[in-house]
Amino acid sequence: MNFVYERFLGGKNGALAIAILAILILVIFPLFLDAFRLNLVGKYLTFAFAAVSLVLLWGYGGILSLGQGVFFGLGGYAMAMFLKLEASDPESTKIQTTPGIPDFMDWNQLYELPWFWIPFESFTFTLLAIILVPSIFAFIIGYSMFKRRVGGVYFAIITQVIAVILTVLIVGQQGYTGGINGITDLKTLNGWDIRTDSAKLALYFINALLLLGVIMLSKFILTSKFGQLLLAMKDKEDRVRFSGYDVSNFKIFVFCVSAVIAAIGGAMFTLQVGFMSPSFVGIVPSIEMVIFAAVGGRMSLIGVVYGTLLVNFGKTGFSETFPELWLFLMGGLFIAVVMFFPNGLAGIWNKYAPKVPFLRPLVNSSTNAETKSAPAKIESESTIEPESTTEGAKS
Amino acid sequence: MGDFSLQELTSILAMQGFVGISLFSVLLLMALGLAIIFGQMGVINMAHGEFMAMGAYTTYLLSVMTQTYFPELMNYYFLIAIVASFIVAGSFGYLTEYVLIRHLYKRPLDTLLATWGLSLIMQQSFRSFFGAREVSPTLPDWLMGSWMPTDSIFIPINGMFVLGLTGFVTLGVFLLMYRSAWGLNVRATTQNRVMSGAVGINTKRVDRLTFALGCGIAGIAGAAFTTIASTGPTSGSLYIVDTFMVVVFGGAASLFGTIASAFTIAQAQSILEFFISSSMAKVLTLLTLIIILMIRPEGLFSSKVRK
Repeated sequence: MNFVYERFLGGKNGALAIAILAILILVIFPLFLDAFRLNLVGKYLTFAFAAVSLVLLWGYGGILSLGQGVFFGLGGYAMAMFLKLEASDPESTKIQTTPGIPDFMDWNQLYELPWFWIPFESFTFTLLAIILVPSIFAFIIGYSMFKRRVGGVYFAIITQVIAVILTVLIVGQQGYTGGINGITDLKTLNGWDIRTDSAKLALYFINALLLLGVIMLSKFILTSKFGQLLLAMKDKEDRVRFSGYDVSNFKIFVFCVSAVIAAIGGAMFTLQVGFMSPSFVGIVPSIEMVIFAAVGGRMSLIGVVYGTLLVNFGKTGFSETFPELWLFLMGGLFIAVVMFFPNGLAGIWNKYAPKVPFLRPLVNSSTNAETKSAPAKIESESTIEPESTTEGAKS
Repeated sequence: MGDFSLQELTSILAMQGFVGISLFSVLLLMALGLAIIFGQMGVINMAHGEFMAMGAYTTYLLSVMTQTYFPELMNYYFLIAIVASFIVAGSFGYLTEYVLIRHLYKRPLDTLLATWGLSLIMQQSFRSFFGAREVSPTLPDWLMGSWMPTDSIFIPINGMFVLGLTGFVTLGVFLLMYRSAWGLNVRATTQNRVMSGAVGINTKRVDRLTFALGCGIAGIAGAAFTTIASTGPTSGSLYIVDTFMVVVFGGAASLFGTIASAFTIAQAQSILEFFISSSMAKVLTLLTLIIILMIRPEGLFSSKVRK
């Protein structure tokens, strides 16, 4: 029990923070929001999966992936393919030239199910695919990059290009993927209608519990020896390498884990929203996931959930009322977070909460107690004169 | 492919190749600026496409102004527009470096995010100011029409003009970087910032001017861009990923590599486009690039540096 308490929850402070988040998303939101808004929050929480995956990969591993949308999309599409096949039984598609295949295939003159769609008739296979396809894909990318010591900005650019490739491919191969509209008209999951309010409520709770589970699992990973190594690698990669560790294997592992986490979010997204489209795969959604993590605090598993919720509420609110202001605000947010709050909401919380007596017991709850030094390091980096090494040039 | 005779195929290759040349010119102009910024300073400028759009809008504004106030000068305004685009985008780049970039040199990944934020703001400014619809300047008469070396080959004049401009700018960049005292300072700063500072190079100033120069060249790319396509608020962002691939593929610090890789990528894409759909051409090109980069992560041409 003590092991679970220390490792999965992160000790007293961590447990408290997770409990507060759990109360918020499991009790307060369902009690006070109507079905429509709750479904919206559910959608935001699926993005939080991607944000949590970025805490592992970017916050702790120092590897910025601008292609988390790829994995989110792979998970989402896997789920959508299963649901679409279930929705296109021969009975309900009898007006098509070829009954029993998804409608968009029929529109694009396909007369039989493509081979890669066939396994998705099985629910077990789909669940496995949601986990395995992204991790295998991430393994291939990670293996070929990290083994050759490609990192930093190069890795970011290449993951971004992969996001572009996948988007162009999905949009271009309309007959196989549903094209720009994506896979729509999803109806039932093993006979259970997912469009009803009660199903949406149930899916919301499943989603929220999964998210809490993923956060705890991530906490477990980060409090392990592996988490320590990850942090060490981020700060002084060579020193870890010289100590005899194979740095690239750790990077590949954390990349695969983050891919799976994002994919679970994608699958839950499809279930709750009822469709999946390339607009959740490409550059823009991938970079938005990074901003969720940056706003919440890239070092804080709990903080990014709040960051995701905040940015998305802001986005929805602003794009309803002042659509043209939203991009200004989003852009400004990017710049402000990077320049002034590199630790995001969690950083602000850790800085100011100790000054309020009432909040003091909660402080440091959002960052891992064992890794306190790490956020401090980022802060010190940002306060150092950037040109300190070039002072000599002043004369 | 069997339906084409040999002569037709040659013409197709020549014309499609020339479409590739126009793409090559814009990609190269964009990539030159980016390669200077990324290769020399290690800064990822995600707003580079928007600096290009800024140049394109400057050209458009000048065209409208000339048409309204000095219609008799319409034949010459384009040359002024090229210079103006350089100056406008360059000065804005100078300002950006001063306000934003210089605080983030130690954190390259964060520069990427901050410049992405900047690009969002710039895109929205273009949209608020010029509208969401695409605009294009009225081109002078001498840029119109096409040149026909044989009966079946049409080569547009504007494409040739852009190619010439690209050659001119590339030569200029080469002279500046490799044959001038300032270029020596830039290269010294790239190699060893601390030591360059110690021998009296004002590295801050070098950074600022390098960044401004890169953005200015993006502005020229924008002016060139208006002759082959119309400009919208998101025109720049369409090219940014391709441009990054050009720079990374060519080897970041190599001018020759940038040229070669821009040529390869543009030609591969536009010749493939004729035979398979343009989306598949793009997928194939990018996929091939990634596979090559996995085998040779340092790019095609790069100086051997131990990291």
